[in-house]
Amino acid sequence: MDLRELYQDLIVDHNKRPRNFGKLDDATYFAEGFNPLCGDQLTVYLYVDAERVTKVQFEGEGCAISTASASMMTEILTGKTIAEADALFELFHQVLIGEKELDDDTTSKLGKLAVLTGVRAYPSRVKCATLAWHTCQGALHKKQEAISTE
Amino acid sequence: MTSTATNTAPVSADQVTTWRADFPILQTQVHGKPLVYLDNGATTQKPQVVIDTVSRYYETTNSNIHRGVHHLSEMATVDYENARAVIRRFMGAASDKEVILTSGTTESINLVANSWGLDNLKAGDEVLVTEMEHHSNIVPWQMVTQRTGAVLKVVPINDAGEISLEDVRQLITERTKFVAISHLSNALGTINPVKEVIELAHQVGALVLVDGAQAIAHTPVDVADLDCDFYAFSGHKIFGPTGIGVLYGKQALLEAMPPWQGGGDMIRIVRFDGSQWNDLPYKFEAGTPNIAGAIGLGAALDYVTEIGIDRIAAHEGLLLDYAQQQLATIPGLTPIGTAKHKASIASFVVKHVHAHDLGTILDSEGIAIRAGHHCAMPVMEHFGVAATARASFAFYNTLEEVDQLILGLNKAVEMFG
Repeated sequence: MDLRELYQDLIVDHNKRPRNFGKLDDATYFAEGFNPLCGDQLTVYLYVDAERVTKVQFEGEGCAISTASASMMTEILTGKTIAEADALFELFHQVLIGEKELDDDTTSKLGKLAVLTGVRAYPSRVKCATLAWHTCQGALHKKQEAISTE
Repeated sequence: MTSTATNTAPVSADQVTTWRADFPILQTQVHGKPLVYLDNGATTQKPQVVIDTVSRYYETTNSNIHRGVHHLSEMATVDYENARAVIRRFMGAASDKEVILTSGTTESINLVANSWGLDNLKAGDEVLVTEMEHHSNIVPWQMVTQRTGAVLKVVPINDAGEISLEDVRQLITERTKFVAISHLSNALGTINPVKEVIELAHQVGALVLVDGAQAIAHTPVDVADLDCDFYAFSGHKIFGPTGIGVLYGKQALLEAMPPWQGGGDMIRIVRFDGSQWNDLPYKFEAGTPNIAGAIGLGAALDYVTEIGIDRIAAHEGLLLDYAQQQLATIPGLTPIGTAKHKASIASFVVKHVHAHDLGTILDSEGIAIRAGHHCAMPVMEHFGVAATARASFAFYNTLEEVDQLILGLNKAVEMFG
């Protein structure tokens, strides 16, 4: 078992220096995510303009996997439409839970996120990698009215 | 049994090697490395004698108890009741009637909360717990106080993870009807002054339940000496099977309490115009119990008695002292739980390395620890952390295993530092 397949340099780097970290005061959507198994919690903030995500930030505390995944998510979702964000979440999630194979096409669609697929070998850590993404989905969809700041 | 003689002389390395040979799982490898099992607070490993006892039961004696006239049923009943007697002697209870077999500590506490609590608590009464309790000694009391209108009060902990008897003295009032307190904190390793708390509670007529889930395998337990009203523990934390646990209760209290669960075995006569309950302890053992589990627990307690809980405590004390001293050398490590009286548990956080990442990195070295909130979220909140890493020891652990832990932690710090 090679730990480096899980803790790739990009993950270690995003954990050490999380991008887009902190509260987004003018967020149009935000939600708090919580993993009751480990106590990790984070808040994802989004600014959406005309169905397009123009800014994503997050804050909270988590392990290297959940922090890196959240940090990378903020970068990768910026500029995407809500529909594109949904599709990427779906793909990422399917791959991590083993419902979709990691072929060349999938790898290229995941882009940088592919470094997080090492968690598939660690079932107890999959939730760490998906926490920010589930939270983001919660912000964009389930609780839209309740948590909209507008 | 030599329970009166205390043997606290240092345990030799050879002796530990001999003990380790009793545990098949300790001879195995994880990820190609020898298993270093430091998650005994979550569950302990099982010696061959427990595994054999459970297997032998299923191979030769398996049958239902208290109801058959056939040979196997009689043998199973005798074995089950013998196990109860072993448990009674192990914890110093006066009678087998005071030893209720449950599925574990959680069920034992829920039994008291539901049976005694719903029957006796009323609006304005107070139930006292401590800030360091496991969720299973908080939530049942929250549920029962909400239903009865009683008030749940909390004894705070200090930054070492200790309660003060002065706080307990102030919080126990005429309104206090019940105190629920852990003997040994699973998240911090603190040994609570339960005997003193029991004395204070009894002065106002309050009853006390001691959650002994963590304590039972690490420190001598004598319910008569403690004078506790209830004592709960789980078999799997003392080298026995999962799914079996114990509730000790003073006989007079148990006699007065209504049954919690209804079903077979807990009744004497069932009629549609009213049923009569069975005698103790069966009144609280509805349905077919975990027979194999009970017999396995009996074997585990005999095994522990043979080794001697005093020797176990002495060796674990040495391990914990050494571990705490070595952990202090890890850059950025903060211990969580530095009580004066501690046993078997070293919780900590490491700057810039989340407990889960520590857990995964140590796992790759074959080292099993626990990472998380340890079902004690209020403790995590007190210390302002989301999770801690926890190494928890048993008598079969060695100083070399502590060294392995330290090597693994240094590797983690290097990776993330």
